[in-house]
Amino acid sequence: MIDNLQNLGAQTRASFNKLGRGTFFLLQTLSGTLSVLLRPRLLVNQLYSVGVLSFLIITISGLFVGMVLGLQGYYTLSRFGAEETLGVMVAASLVRELGPVVSALLFAGRAGSALTAEIGLMKATEQLSGMEMMAVDPMKRIIAPRFWAGCISMPLLAALFSAVGIIGGQLVGSGLLGVDEGAYWSQMQAKLDFQDDIVNGILKSIVFGFITSWIALFEGYDAIPTSEGVSRATTRTVVNSAFSILGLDFILTALMFGDH
Amino acid sequence: MQHTRTQDTLVGLFVAAGIAGLFFLSLQVSNLSSFSQRDSYTITAHFENSGGLKVKSPVSAAGVKIGQVSDIHFDTKSYESVVTMNIDAEYNTLPDDTTASIFTAGLLGEQYVNLEPGGSDTFLKNNSKIDITQPAIILEKAIGQFLFKAAEEKSE
Repeated sequence: MIDNLQNLGAQTRASFNKLGRGTFFLLQTLSGTLSVLLRPRLLVNQLYSVGVLSFLIITISGLFVGMVLGLQGYYTLSRFGAEETLGVMVAASLVRELGPVVSALLFAGRAGSALTAEIGLMKATEQLSGMEMMAVDPMKRIIAPRFWAGCISMPLLAALFSAVGIIGGQLVGSGLLGVDEGAYWSQMQAKLDFQDDIVNGILKSIVFGFITSWIALFEGYDAIPTSEGVSRATTRTVVNSAFSILGLDFILTALMFGDH
Repeated sequence: MQHTRTQDTLVGLFVAAGIAGLFFLSLQVSNLSSFSQRDSYTITAHFENSGGLKVKSPVSAAGVKIGQVSDIHFDTKSYESVVTMNIDAEYNTLPDDTTASIFTAGLLGEQYVNLEPGGSDTFLKNNSKIDITQPAIILEKAIGQFLFKAAEEKSE
């Protein structure tokens, strides 16, 4: 009994401890922002490995998600004779929910895990300590550029995901199933609002990019410097990012679209 | 050197593609290009019942969308529903005896305000009020009346 209580106490303390370290880590990262602006080359390098290399998986998944939405939506909507509203359905679900969420989950799997492994391995091979020895701050040199690269890439990737998905839905909808192309676009334009739908979707993806980059970098930085520790940290990145993305998505949706 | 240059090009392409995606979403997918940015003027109308009308419902004349509803509230003095509409500035020649009615698009479609121009020579201006209105048809009420009438005829 006492043992269980002790366990619970220790775990609570450990998780608060981690939360505190995470927050401190974030503040340190943010304080390194200025040096990122002074050395844009570091940021461009990271934009390449975080953004450009995720480009393909994001666009291809977006295309297929849009095509599946087009197919499934058509079968349901045609029962009510409302297949003309296919464009609204595809665009609204992509822009509001699937675009930001699915691209963030893919981003966490593709780029987040790579970031964690990279930082964790740097720590395990004492490259980070080496930098400190040479009076180079790893927070400014290594962490901050990667963090901002994640924050910048995520909204761009989410927008691409939604745009490609909407085109995919149109390909299936009007190319394969015979929905009128004009109705597809005009109904969509009439029903989707710039402020309510597009801007809110982008805001979501900015939040997801922030949280995913933070988790990925912190898990790597906080990893136990062994091969097993790095592998566990990578797993934790994917799992924790997925939880945070889905949980935050619920909260953000309730806040943004609650009154509709 | 060659390596960084390819990387630069790819990053540039990536950012450009992302921004193109954002533009596509704002202009092609949403209503940014059609209504929100244009000049408009405001008119109000008092309805006995505004039914299922919502903010952003369309306002149309002769079937063409010319504006949208910007606000609906309940007037505590006249016990009527006050509907405020933004009309596109280019349609500034609506006569001041225009009739406003609330119609439903299709049997189960959304409700919209229909403006039927009258014959007056003076036009509606910013903040003017439409006097002649026709309330929304409440389907339950209409069915109720119909059933009541049918039952009455049967008993006679």
